[in-house]
Amino acid sequence: MTTTAPVLSARGIEKGFFGVTVLKGIDIDLQPGTVHGLVGENGAGKSTLMKIIAGVYTRDAGTLAVGGTEKSYTHPLQAMRDGVATVFQEFNLLPERSVAENVFLGREPRRYGFVDTKGMTRRTSELLAELGIDFIDPTASVGSLTVAEQQVVEITKALSFDAKVISMDEPTAALADHEVELLYGIIERLKQRGVAILYVSHRLKEIFDLCDTITVLKDGALVSSGPASDLTTDELVRRMVGRSISTFFPPAVEGTAVGDVRLAVRGGGNAHIDGIDLDLRAGEIVGVAGLQGSGRTELAEALFGAAPLTRGSIALDGDTVTVPSPRRAVKQGIALITEDRKAQGLALNQSVLDNALLVVRAVFPGRTGAARQAVPGVLTSLEVSSRGTGQEVQFLSGGNQQKVVLAKWLATKPRVVLLDEPTRGIDVGAKVAVYQLMRDLAKEGVAILMISSELPEVLGMSDRILVMHDGRVAAELEPGVSEETVLAAATGTLRSSGGEVAL
Amino acid sequence: MNRVRSAAITLVSPRGAVFLLLAIMLVAITVLNPNFAEPGQFIRFVQRVAPIAIVAIGQYFVIVSGEFDLSMGALITAQVVIAGNLIGQDESKSVPVLLFMIAFGIVVGIVNGLVTTLLKVPSFIVTLGMMLALSGGVLFWTGGAATGNPADGFRQIGRGGIRDVPIVDIIPFSVIILVVLLALAIWFSKRPFGRTLIAIGDSSTAARFAGARVWQVKTTAFVISSLTATVSGVLLVGYAGVHPSVGQGYEFIAITAVVLGGVVLGGGRGWVVAAVAGAFALEALFTLLNFAGIPSTLRDAIQGGIIILAVAYSATTFRARRKGHSTQTLPPGKEPDANDGPAQPAPQMSPATGSEH
Amino acid sequence: MSTAAVRPRRRVPLDSTLIVYIALIGVIAIGAILVASVGRNFFSEGNIRDILTGMSVLGLVAVGQTLVILTGSLDLSVPYVISLSSLLAAETMKGYSGNIIQGVLIALGIAAVIGLANGLIVTKLKVNGFIATLGIGLIVKGYLDTFYKGSSGSVPAEFQYIGATGIGPVPISTIIMLALATLVFLFLRRTRTGHHIYAVGGSLDVARLSGLRTAQPIIVAHVICSVTAGMAGLLLASRLGVGSPTVGSQGGYDLLSIAAVVLGGTLLAGGRGSIWGTIGGVAIFAVLNSVMSVMQVNPFLKDVVRGVVIVVAVAVYTGRVIEQRRARYGTKEVAK
Repeated sequence: MTTTAPVLSARGIEKGFFGVTVLKGIDIDLQPGTVHGLVGENGAGKSTLMKIIAGVYTRDAGTLAVGGTEKSYTHPLQAMRDGVATVFQEFNLLPERSVAENVFLGREPRRYGFVDTKGMTRRTSELLAELGIDFIDPTASVGSLTVAEQQVVEITKALSFDAKVISMDEPTAALADHEVELLYGIIERLKQRGVAILYVSHRLKEIFDLCDTITVLKDGALVSSGPASDLTTDELVRRMVGRSISTFFPPAVEGTAVGDVRLAVRGGGNAHIDGIDLDLRAGEIVGVAGLQGSGRTELAEALFGAAPLTRGSIALDGDTVTVPSPRRAVKQGIALITEDRKAQGLALNQSVLDNALLVVRAVFPGRTGAARQAVPGVLTSLEVSSRGTGQEVQFLSGGNQQKVVLAKWLATKPRVVLLDEPTRGIDVGAKVAVYQLMRDLAKEGVAILMISSELPEVLGMSDRILVMHDGRVAAELEPGVSEETVLAAATGTLRSSGGEVAL
Repeated sequence: MNRVRSAAITLVSPRGAVFLLLAIMLVAITVLNPNFAEPGQFIRFVQRVAPIAIVAIGQYFVIVSGEFDLSMGALITAQVVIAGNLIGQDESKSVPVLLFMIAFGIVVGIVNGLVTTLLKVPSFIVTLGMMLALSGGVLFWTGGAATGNPADGFRQIGRGGIRDVPIVDIIPFSVIILVVLLALAIWFSKRPFGRTLIAIGDSSTAARFAGARVWQVKTTAFVISSLTATVSGVLLVGYAGVHPSVGQGYEFIAITAVVLGGVVLGGGRGWVVAAVAGAFALEALFTLLNFAGIPSTLRDAIQGGIIILAVAYSATTFRARRKGHSTQTLPPGKEPDANDGPAQPAPQMSPATGSEH
Repeated sequence: MSTAAVRPRRRVPLDSTLIVYIALIGVIAIGAILVASVGRNFFSEGNIRDILTGMSVLGLVAVGQTLVILTGSLDLSVPYVISLSSLLAAETMKGYSGNIIQGVLIALGIAAVIGLANGLIVTKLKVNGFIATLGIGLIVKGYLDTFYKGSSGSVPAEFQYIGATGIGPVPISTIIMLALATLVFLFLRRTRTGHHIYAVGGSLDVARLSGLRTAQPIIVAHVICSVTAGMAGLLLASRLGVGSPTVGSQGGYDLLSIAAVVLGGTLLAGGRGSIWGTIGGVAIFAVLNSVMSVMQVNPFLKDVVRGVVIVVAVAVYTGRVIEQRRARYGTKEVAK
């Protein structure tokens, strides 16, 4: 076996945030001309490792060597100049400018002191040709391109730095099948050029299609790193997932009974989801699992009217209703705890009290007086710790912020509660509080839909599990199934009985 | 001691600094001109400030909801001219014309609001267009010259008051109106609707997801703004007389007062009382300069300097408060992995030197 | 299975500069008809000259304002810079043609310093452009009000020719304005700073991440804007024969230049726009103005028309939808 020197080599990488360790003792080697897959569940630390390599974060401990030389990056641009480029999920592009202008932003080539636009365009065409792309016009504005094409622009930008390492973060999350093939072609060309590719993805099919080596992370630690040929799908999933359940999931409160169908959807669909048939019963907690981009958030937003259904019907407690806007949803007793609490769930400069009363004031102003009386009690029962109800929520921890969001919705006494990643980014204590709240609501007969990427959470809390894939419900599973089964259904590789086979 | 300390901190923060500034101004004026502290004199000062303070209230609501109203000055001029022309010397017309003026103000506000929220045109442009339309339209109607002052009864609103009051000698109507409006404004800003308005200015996305009817709430802010301009116009008829330049530049004075009061141009933060205090501080500053013998033509220059300093002060103290959270190099996107940190996955470094301003 | 075949057809957005010129042609057509209806000829030499003259001053200011708006900022100080520059030039020249160069340099030099102040306040003190330039504008206004009671200075005849003469129907002032527009256009296209102006206006974060020095394009934009305002002041001095402390504010050049820029398709938030779009916007205003004059429309109604036109134009521009998330399914029924 030839031992070529790795183009990037990391040893003992450690990283923590606010005292919480996120990565411990990670070793990784990237060989030129190979694709190195980085897999692990949400929260395993893949994204953090990638950002350390990219120069976005600085590591707390460990060494990083590029081309044999020890490096320490404090800005992504430094990494790029060294030939270490990253294509993030959120593109770093200017939509109003052309492809060529974006590729060479900040490094526009000059001739006699003036920007050499022709040269820039020509060079961009050359780079695109190297990637095998002939249908992107370097003078087209980036905003007019599809997401896949914009991704190509990002890759082209990386190539223009003569990148030796290109990391890709969930590159296919937003791509259609034929576009994924396009990406495969590009990656092949990059390999031929001798570029090392770090491929971070949940999609196991792609991991096995593309990767020469696979590194598995779990809970911030390295599980294994070796040739892809040594692994099967089942073995890979087992390494990603198998763990002891350390979080406590409160059981259903005594007396909780699953009642009649509260929310029924038939044939629901819009631009992002399709064929949704759903029955949500009073007192029931239905978990929704699936990969990023599978349409879970779109489902919640459709039920809440933020991105309404364009086909199919919704019925609440037997009555057909339309939910064309969040206001209508709220008036009909539906609540949505959004995925991104900072941008959608909270007015950051406002106080805890003002946020807790946000919905009541906006939709049920008459109830404000009563709600204001009740809020301190609710906050206490949720154990929100803040310097009084007047403190601005932006200064609260994630867990406390989420509790304020919950308090906000509790004040409206909803009959259906939709939660999208309710425990993301919050500490264990707050998680337990959220779980307990869900159980209490179920006892009172509220119908609950919980979207989550954390499999233990889905399995520990749900009465039923729906798994989404590519905008459709791919499988409906019983709570007793294993994490591997859920992940398999989510990645579209479920073969056993217990649900539909999704492609 | 804690409360004193926190009060002192508030006084120096952008939120409270205006009160400190105002206090200093008032003391300085009194030092230069001890008569100023006499109740009779002081209340006339308040009468002078009233039209400005009232428009500051209106502009406050618009700015705190995240928008601008540049049409205020033109609306004031329009209302003043309407009063002058429609009432003439016929006092019996006062009330109907007043009602018409109020209706007109409401319509202007509604148009401003709907075009901004439903047609999604930036409020800067909408109110700019409205300013042009109003100033042109009114001048067209009057043929370019406002016809003299209306009947005395109407003018009394702006220049008269309750006479023979002990100590202060006169309580001008404009002061009473200001106090009433300020009380209304404070009450309104604490009502659910008012708090929703502020929340919309802070994050219209979060407000939308909370079920707020953003277009309706913002339009109401514009209507409030236009109504305060109307009231101010009514006062100015008596106080300043009717001529085409009355009200000119009032929108910028209002914005200056609001900014001086620590309200952030972007919305979501700020106290209406502080905005009014800003108006007072501004006028106090001009009075001070007057007593100090500085030519009145330099007023504008001083106003210019103040407004820059006030906003710069806010910007820099904000920065200091957010020290631990600033310098995020990646555009804020979705939160990454669940275990990436409790509150914010704050990148732990600052951009490389040489790439920053 | 080929990659090219299944590529979705991209919707090519109509270039906004093109829209402006189509609108301009439309306005000219309607204008010509209206003018003919009162027995005048739109395309007469005199009329064309009037329109082009009307474009010169606003065009100069609007070109500079375009740069500033592209960076995401604003310049409200232009009217006062215009007035100041006219006064400085007229007073320095004192009627002697030998002082012309001196006068021009002083006027433009001071204008540049004002622009530098604007730029520094925006970038170093982190004050937004609206407030910064409003403040500086008021300071200059205060200076003007205090030290000048009326027109002053005297412009020599040679300099006055610039404002008065032309080549056929095309005034020299318009040629100068178009030449400037061309220079600035090339600047935006062909220099790094020009490219970076678009970048910081488009997204300060993306610009910073790409290693741009984000202050420089903003400061340069403000300096150029003030200098073009200074040039406008010179032109006005040339026409009036004297300097005037109110000529800038009387013309409403701050808000009108912003309106022309926005009408020309430049985004108020920055990041997209073109100089030629702005010139198109200025032309539309000039044609509107001229037609309304010929039709003897009351001068005050002109403002009303202008106000409505601006709002309608921006409403049309912002009606263009930007698709955020790519649709996976169409709105029709999808067969399983």
